[in-house]
Amino acid sequence: MNRLALAAALLSTAAPLAAETHRVAPGVGGADRLQEALILAAPGDVIELGEGRFALIDGLSLDVDGVTVRGAGMDKTVLDFTNQAGAGEGLLVTSDNVTLRDFAVENPKGDGIKSKGADNIIYHAIRVEWTGGPKASNGAYGIYPVESTGVLVQGSIVSGASDAGIYVGQSRDITVQGNIVRFNVAGIEIENSRNALVTGNIATRNTGGLLVFDLPGLPVMNGGNVILRGNKVHDNDTPNFAPPGNIVASVRRGTGVLVMANDGVLIEGNVLENNPTAHVMVIAYTQPYDDARYNPHARNVIVGPNAFGRGGDDPQIDGKEQLLAAFGGALPPVMWDGLSESPDNALKIASGVTGWSLNLAKVGQSLAEAQPGPLTLTPTEISMFPAVGAPAALEARLK
Amino acid sequence: MKRRLGLLALSCAAFGAALADANVIGPAPVNDAAIQGAGFPAKLSDFAFFAQARAQMPSIGVHPYALNTPLWSDGAEKLRFIYLPQGTQLAADGTELLKFPLGAAIIKTFAFGEGADRRLIETRVLLRRADGWVALPYRWNAEQTEATLALAGGRVDVVTPAGEAISYAIPNKNQCKSCHGKDGQVIPIGPKARNLSHQWLSGMAQSGALDTVPEGAGALPDWSTNATGPAQPLARAYLDVNCAHCHQPGGGASNSGLDLRWEQSDAHAIGIFKRPVAAGRGAGGHEFSVLPGQPDKSILLYRMDNAEPGIAMPELGKSSVDRQGVAVVRRWIAEMKP
Repeated sequence: MNRLALAAALLSTAAPLAAETHRVAPGVGGADRLQEALILAAPGDVIELGEGRFALIDGLSLDVDGVTVRGAGMDKTVLDFTNQAGAGEGLLVTSDNVTLRDFAVENPKGDGIKSKGADNIIYHAIRVEWTGGPKASNGAYGIYPVESTGVLVQGSIVSGASDAGIYVGQSRDITVQGNIVRFNVAGIEIENSRNALVTGNIATRNTGGLLVFDLPGLPVMNGGNVILRGNKVHDNDTPNFAPPGNIVASVRRGTGVLVMANDGVLIEGNVLENNPTAHVMVIAYTQPYDDARYNPHARNVIVGPNAFGRGGDDPQIDGKEQLLAAFGGALPPVMWDGLSESPDNALKIASGVTGWSLNLAKVGQSLAEAQPGPLTLTPTEISMFPAVGAPAALEARLK
Repeated sequence: MKRRLGLLALSCAAFGAALADANVIGPAPVNDAAIQGAGFPAKLSDFAFFAQARAQMPSIGVHPYALNTPLWSDGAEKLRFIYLPQGTQLAADGTELLKFPLGAAIIKTFAFGEGADRRLIETRVLLRRADGWVALPYRWNAEQTEATLALAGGRVDVVTPAGEAISYAIPNKNQCKSCHGKDGQVIPIGPKARNLSHQWLSGMAQSGALDTVPEGAGALPDWSTNATGPAQPLARAYLDVNCAHCHQPGGGASNSGLDLRWEQSDAHAIGIFKRPVAAGRGAGGHEFSVLPGQPDKSILLYRMDNAEPGIAMPELGKSSVDRQGVAVVRRWIAEMKP
């Protein structure tokens, strides 16, 4: 009687009790079995991917809330899209509270894993890789959450993306931590998003390491409240291989951190080493646009204390020789276009931070009219910055 | 007038009775329980949508229809039907999607080949259940005797009417939603009053299967005029039908900011001087979705005119290029004043 009562109580309270684990092994029919499992899963279920390679011809998709897709490890379970014949990405997630962990996606023809309108999503220990190295024919984004609230991307590796390795777009409440991004055009890009914490990542051998953009003409704009803290951003020296026409095709080889437009970005406690164009670049959006909602200025950007190593010594900038000569062989770490909306919200730097400015007078002005000179900003105390990041419940879900 | 309608109804009833007499058993009524139940029926025949499935002869209550400008799917022939449970009717909602009663179904069969060589490939059904629409794909067997549920989709080798041998993709159940999803819900796409002929709508209204024929019905151009008709309405109709289910607010590609709906009048929203956002190599080296007067520098046309995954648009339901669609959109962009 007591045992029955206990069982009844458990059943009525704990949904996970009813959750099932579905094991899917690679091999003959593996792709179909996997897609069927993704369709037939009930909320709370776990789909466990066996060790080995799944050969996929079509994109996979998941549209059930609360499902965990778990492999045997990012080097052990591989979703291989080398022969993909259809769909715009390897895996598409359109449901909430999904956890993706411990598997790899290789050589998708478009994006790697896209989650759209998928709130409270976790990417944990995922590898997305284009195995042929950096090529313009690689897909655009490796890990691609968009239009979502609550995003946690951690412990993952992305390599070879022809746009951004980890791209978070039009989202809010985001943590990107402890990832390795290498040989992408952009390592990590936070675009048109708010409340993002990018911390403890390694961005290396990309064209640009960490990008924070706000672009016009999109459903979600006014990006800001982004913290880049404690990342190692080094040796970002891969020539830009983005297909022309895309915004990241304009990123200069050798950029560590690039902030374009946005309201509120704090850059502190990072290690920046051997980024030959600039360790940190802060600029306005310069292309023409027709969107009354948009503010092209970089506002309230703070460059706090960071460890700046060698850098700025081989900039991909017109007039490089004269600039290097003027600055004694290497450009100082922070490059600013000199544009501000108002003195109140212009670039701020901490004591000891040096840089140079293009001293442009207005947004959209030709670089030929730049009047380069050392940064003359007065260092300020770092004022309060809002706490940002994914809800704590996301990390708790992994335990 | 009233008397004529009465006579028509009488003759229909008589025709129905004759049909019932002609068949010893009679055509099975459509299985309302299969439509409205919670499960995923394993066979298409479980629904009894067809009196003769191979010939695609519909059962009673199943109405064939056609669209002025249809979705292109590798040139497949499409056979479209709407099922309405007895005593129910469609309701017009301006020129938008017709409103379907509980228990209704939309059935679309995809076929390749002509005459006796016609081969049914797949039949997709949309079921109007109490908790919303459910989309299911069914794949025809080689004997053409039955179609079975293909939750995970599949691929079939076919030769298109243009003579191309392709691997035709049957969508999986989730991919159904990729196109049929708006704000997280599954909805029909095709049967909008603006894309249904006035004649068909009138017939439905007269028979009581539709409440009224709305103003603006049949406004989309007849696609059979695509070679010579004015480019602007044809192109906008084509983009509405083939692209706008994703490219609209709340659709699968909402984050692109591109809105290709028929009613969208903002130039930037339909791609004019709009820069790409997440196009990757799909941009093809071009700066704008649509560059007026320059079809060959327009991303939209570049992606339509390409069948390679990662570049091709639409992303689903396309393994080859629609030459007619490309020609119309090309003409539209070329005629646009820079």
